Amino acid sequence: MRVPPGVTPKDFSDAIKQWQEAIGTDWVFTSDEDTDLYRDSYSPFWHEDVEPIPSAAVAPDTVEQVQAVVKIANTYKIPLWTISTGKNLGYGGSAPLLGGSVVLDLKRMDRILEVNEKNHYALVEPGVSYFDLYRYIQEKGLKVWIDPADPGWGSLIGNAVDRGGGRTPMRDHFDAHCGMEVVLANGEVMRTGMGALPGSKTWQQYRYGFGPYVDGMFSQSNFGIITKMGFWLYPEPESYMTGTIAVPKHDDIVPLVANLAYLMNSGIVLGTTTVGSPLNFVRDPALAALRAKPGGASPQELEQYAAQRNLPYWSIELPFYGPAKVVAAQWQYAKQQFSAIAGARFQDGKTTTFPLPADAPTQFPASVAIGVPNLAVFGVGSVRSEGHIWFSPIIPMTGEAVLEARSVFEDAYREMGMPTGPMFFLGPSSNYPRCFLVLFGFPIEHDVEKNRTNREHFKRLIKIAAEHGWGEYRTHTAFMDTVMDAYSFNNHALRRFHETIKDAVDPDGILSPGRCGVWPKHLRKAQA
Amino acid sequence: MKSAKAVLVIAMGLTFAAPVLAAPDDSQIERGHKVYDKWCFPCHGTGPGKPGTDSLKARGQNPAVLEERTDLTAPAIKTFVRHGVLFMPMFRKTEVSDADLDAIAAYLTRNNKK
Repeated sequence: MRVPPGVTPKDFSDAIKQWQEAIGTDWVFTSDEDTDLYRDSYSPFWHEDVEPIPSAAVAPDTVEQVQAVVKIANTYKIPLWTISTGKNLGYGGSAPLLGGSVVLDLKRMDRILEVNEKNHYALVEPGVSYFDLYRYIQEKGLKVWIDPADPGWGSLIGNAVDRGGGRTPMRDHFDAHCGMEVVLANGEVMRTGMGALPGSKTWQQYRYGFGPYVDGMFSQSNFGIITKMGFWLYPEPESYMTGTIAVPKHDDIVPLVANLAYLMNSGIVLGTTTVGSPLNFVRDPALAALRAKPGGASPQELEQYAAQRNLPYWSIELPFYGPAKVVAAQWQYAKQQFSAIAGARFQDGKTTTFPLPADAPTQFPASVAIGVPNLAVFGVGSVRSEGHIWFSPIIPMTGEAVLEARSVFEDAYREMGMPTGPMFFLGPSSNYPRCFLVLFGFPIEHDVEKNRTNREHFKRLIKIAAEHGWGEYRTHTAFMDTVMDAYSFNNHALRRFHETIKDAVDPDGILSPGRCGVWPKHLRKAQA
Repeated sequence: MKSAKAVLVIAMGLTFAAPVLAAPDDSQIERGHKVYDKWCFPCHGTGPGKPGTDSLKARGQNPAVLEERTDLTAPAIKTFVRHGVLFMPMFRKTEVSDADLDAIAAYLTRNNKK
């Protein structure tokens, strides 16, 4: 039997017995066969001794059982690593950061406690996936949309507290939450916002309650275990349509993004969109040769190539949600704004009206954009892919920033000998208001040397990004310390504040040690 | 734990070993269909955006849709679900219980030649 760090085999055995009494023997997993199922399927540490593997897993079914598990862990000072659906692939999956931790698996807590069609919200437990809530809403014929993360098997709670994003107007998932129930490290249950008022009628309608607003402390953190969380839903709109703007010149990206920012910040465009170059999708030996020459293709050469073939240099597809007349007017206004760019062209996309026929959603190619979860994102990369992790910096929503980031990371990729194909720079996308998210996929392989090299490259990119003022919004467990190190203003004042809170609310450091760079006192020195 | 590649090789072999076990009853197959629809269809079903089906098709598996196969075996199915393969992750027992996995296997082997 594996044993958590700093815990004697006798104490661990006693804790196991107590957990079995508290939640049932079927839901305390101790065999290697069972605990191996909690390894990160996309681990960058495959076949290395440093891969963090749990010592056990416990899967309570109720908040009372979570409390019991936590109290026992506190007695024996056993680290618990909390997961919800455990499918945060690319960011650590179901594996702990600290090897030997016991995984607290909340997948069995999968109750949909309320879906309110009049005020458009839901209250769910951590094990509820986007698929689960979507099916529930469809079965009951409710006129509300969820905003799924790209992988539909993700947990609404897990994704939101990792500050994941989607594509509809409710795409900032943490921002869309309203009210939490949290089990604290001492086993006590707390409710936030209006939930602190016994008998509250507005827990999922008014976020803040009274006094300091603490919900943010439970995102990307290890200060408590969320057992319930409310989410605002989007009223099913009358229609969804897209419109594409294409511009001919390299430098057109500056006014293109400036207009996009204006439309988004004005509330005229409220979904996720991506600035891209159609040239990236051209498979032409002439273009490949142009790019392969020393120094790569210049913007002028690419402009000329595009002009000769009547191709745009940049394009952007705007999503619109709402009444058909409003959507049409928004698109009309957007076209008026972008017409200031010489040579801009426009293409009306398809208008979809709701509700859809019963079998239509699964046939809709980009269904996440209309609130229908799927797993299509796993089609990225090779059909023989063994997984991936994401390097994901946030950059300003300006054309200048896009050009600078592309140039900086392209240089870094070349310097490190990494392939800089046209698809190496995914995005920039507006998954969050007021900024762009850029994604760089790193392949995971069952090859120790390749993974070691990729880890070094990943850390190098974190530092290069920080040198340019760009920070990651989220990261794989393997890089949480490195990313937190980059958020170093005033001698790491933010991290020191996190640590002060950690010491106060979890003095024995049993909750998810190391998550997002927050370590308990007794493990801090080893990480310094 | 075996490497995923080793597991893949073993599992690919198992798909063709096709041992004939006791035939599952209809209720087991029906349960398996429901579990399959919940856990497997989003990746291995028909229609756009099904990366499991797309990957199997690109690698020459015919038919690529698992529900249409007649050569899958219960041990192979269980190996894939519990160990993963390529970008398919492992599934824990809190997601797919052993009983659910038996039911999936019953469903996906229902059309095998007896």
